[in-house]
Amino acid sequence: MRSDQSNRASTGLKLAAIAGLLFMHLPILLIFVYAFTTEDKTYQFPPPGYTLKWFAITWNRPDVWEALQLSVKVASISTVIALVLGTLCAAAVSRSKFFGREAISLMVILPIALPGIITGIALRSAFNLADIPFSMWTIILGHATFCVVVVYNNAVARFRRLSGSLIEASMDLGATGIQTFRYVVMPNIATSLLAGGMLAFALSFDEVIVTTFTAGQQATLPIWMLEELVRPRQRPVTNVVAMVVVLVTFLPILGAYYLTRGGDQIAGSGK
Amino acid sequence: MNDAAIMTRENRSFLSRMSDTLWRKPRLLLILLLTPPILWLGIIYLGSLFALLAQSFFSIDEFSGLIKYELTLKTYRELLVPANLDILVRTTLMAVIVTLAAAVVAFPIAYYAARYARGKWKAIFYLSVMLPLWSSYLVKVYAWKLILAKEGILNWLFEVLYLKWLLDAYLSLPLIGGNSLSVSYTGTFLVFLYVWLPFMVLPMQAALERVQASYLEASADLGATPSQTFKNVLFPLALPGIIAGSIFTFSLTLGDYIIPQIIGSSRLFIGQAVYAHQGTAGNIPLAAAFTVVPVIVMGFYLWMAKRQGAFDAL
Repeated sequence: MRSDQSNRASTGLKLAAIAGLLFMHLPILLIFVYAFTTEDKTYQFPPPGYTLKWFAITWNRPDVWEALQLSVKVASISTVIALVLGTLCAAAVSRSKFFGREAISLMVILPIALPGIITGIALRSAFNLADIPFSMWTIILGHATFCVVVVYNNAVARFRRLSGSLIEASMDLGATGIQTFRYVVMPNIATSLLAGGMLAFALSFDEVIVTTFTAGQQATLPIWMLEELVRPRQRPVTNVVAMVVVLVTFLPILGAYYLTRGGDQIAGSGK
Repeated sequence: MNDAAIMTRENRSFLSRMSDTLWRKPRLLLILLLTPPILWLGIIYLGSLFALLAQSFFSIDEFSGLIKYELTLKTYRELLVPANLDILVRTTLMAVIVTLAAAVVAFPIAYYAARYARGKWKAIFYLSVMLPLWSSYLVKVYAWKLILAKEGILNWLFEVLYLKWLLDAYLSLPLIGGNSLSVSYTGTFLVFLYVWLPFMVLPMQAALERVQASYLEASADLGATPSQTFKNVLFPLALPGIIAGSIFTFSLTLGDYIIPQIIGSSRLFIGQAVYAHQGTAGNIPLAAAFTVVPVIVMGFYLWMAKRQGAFDAL
């Protein structure tokens, strides 16, 4: 790389970067094509024709709606739990130095650093040992555990920027802890929590590996999709669901990005 | 007047007195803050993790199929049976290859985004890595099922380009070939690479952002060729980011059981073995022993990464 060209990328680099980006995006775009195909038995390409009828058929499928409902419920409750636990952890870790601080941050990261199957089977065998029947709540238990880290990561960056003197000033002026939290801390960390919450929601909404171990008979949307992947029965409906899932998960990601851009750490860079 | 002052003091709510106590005793506040997360993560999560690991030291009775609750290393010996050892080696090898390939494919994207993209393009690059990162895992796997299917787009493309013979020649190769791409190791590899690639790009980009252009200029001014600059300046500085990314690609490949189940030859990976042993076979000790392998590999990996300073690049 000669210095006189250093602010221009070489053609090779440009091509490699473009090829890499295409590799990341074309497969997802293909899903959009398949949602409109008239072919319903095979994955034939190019599609013999295009139709909108699968959207209507999917709309009238109760099993899809039930799975969607369960997924939204699980993701919402897990997100709330993760928000509380993640914020508490972030506040503690960023405000003070104490023995075991490293251990705490390791413990938060562990559920996501270890392969999901380990979290899944560990929880499953623990539920079995404790005779806890599988239900929506066992799914939530698992999801909340690995969602904490997303909230934590977002909140801890913001807490570090929040100057301690602001809190001191508030307390000196006679505010109670709750008032300080409500009027001083909260406005400062709100957007990072919102971003963390959105990412936690997206993470839970999409999770399948841990869920296969912690769910009983209930099917979340990913479980429904997995079933279709292993034993395809409703290819056109699966195509439509896949497309809708892609569109729906884009929203929280874009939201989280706009909420935290310009900060020192943009949300979502670590899943 | 005095009365009023006393009144207000007494009326000072319980809340504000509590706030004062907490302010004076930060330890107490810390304990209050940490108790709920420690209860949740420490007891529910770590508790079940240890319970699982403990079970790997039990064994299963061959005749009754029941778990014998006495400490033994028998289950670990079973792990070294050729069939099981094969699974471990195959999975680890796949994880290594996927990680290396991800580093190679990710580098140009990360480097371009970090060094050349500005303003609007920077945002576009960033989002175009974020969106695939966060879009549904199963949908991504499903997309590859569509791509690799016999009647799918890839075969069609080869046919249109009159390159079908090339694909057939590739598929007839031993080990990496197969009846079709969707039942070959190549297929499994491609899907792994695709699904974990964004996890590599982002930390790599973060590391490359911190490389100042002047370093590269200095290297060039001192007479280094581009490849020397890459080898001696750029690569060492990007390494923490690469290692940080590889933690994800490596760990996720080690533990995945869905991708090899849907796309690939029927030979098992660690995740599938764990799933099979805990499910129908009911052999929890062996399943637990299988999960110990990725835990140890990842523990070692994280320790190495920490020494290389990779956590600062996360």
